[in-house]
Amino acid sequence: MPIADLPLWAEIAVTVFLVLGGLFGLVGSYGLLKLPDPMTRLHAPTKATTVGVGGALIASMIYIFASEGRVSMHELLITLFLVITSPITALFIAKVHIHLREKPETLPEPRDASGWASFTADGPAKGVRDMHPVEPGAPDKTA
Amino acid sequence: MLSRFLPHPLLSLTLVATWLLLVNSLKLNSIVFAVILGLVIPMLTRAYWPDMPRLRSPLRAIEYAFVVLYDIVKANIDVALIVVFKPVRDIRPAWICVPLDVRSPEAITALASTITLTPGTVSCDLSADGRAILVHALHAPDPDAIRDDIKTRYERRLKEIFE
Repeated sequence: MPIADLPLWAEIAVTVFLVLGGLFGLVGSYGLLKLPDPMTRLHAPTKATTVGVGGALIASMIYIFASEGRVSMHELLITLFLVITSPITALFIAKVHIHLREKPETLPEPRDASGWASFTADGPAKGVRDMHPVEPGAPDKTA
Repeated sequence: MLSRFLPHPLLSLTLVATWLLLVNSLKLNSIVFAVILGLVIPMLTRAYWPDMPRLRSPLRAIEYAFVVLYDIVKANIDVALIVVFKPVRDIRPAWICVPLDVRSPEAITALASTITLTPGTVSCDLSADGRAILVHALHAPDPDAIRDDIKTRYERRLKEIFE
């Protein structure tokens, strides 16, 4: 698709949002390199999907509005799907970390001492811990 | 009778709107197909929605979306500054236990998703009785402040929306 001629205001706005989104994506990736363990690293990329992708989507909406004169709705849907799916990915990674590297003693106690669901559940959760036991607080081999 | 063909009117409406946004057109054939999807999908999946989730105040839900959006942008900048400028030894990650007052599964799901979407905090687990949520914070010099923030800023609003 050839690049359309945009009015100056649109060119500036699209550029600003693309650079802003790219910057946050870059910081998210840098965080993956810099932060020391899986749980803190998990924080870095979840940021890139919000403002990083959001900036690119706003730029895309402005571009289509300025070049074709219509409001594109696909960007809103992408936002919706991201907002629904990205917390689930983060939860899965956090759960794996809890099963492999944490014990009830290393986590704060829930207020009525009923225990966290990951540890009270029967089934595969226990098996994974017993097959690959990792001492809580042990140095992270993946670092 | 209505409940047999439209077990979840809100879900049907959402499906119709989502399909129309997806095809990006308002021609008659896409509207007809959207209505078919809106009727068939809730009927096929009704076994997974035993209860009717109630939205007590939709207006407050819109307000909530804007509050969360604002917080996401603000916290994104905070986290970016921490990642770029703070030396690793000065970062204080912490596990935080947030006791829950909301009881409905929809409200807890929305709260957990909000916590994860807001940069700097990730919701990791639920207590076995569903009355507390385990949150991991990237940088928490004062874990109690983060817990109170979650409770007053998000949970209070979700309680008004869902319960």
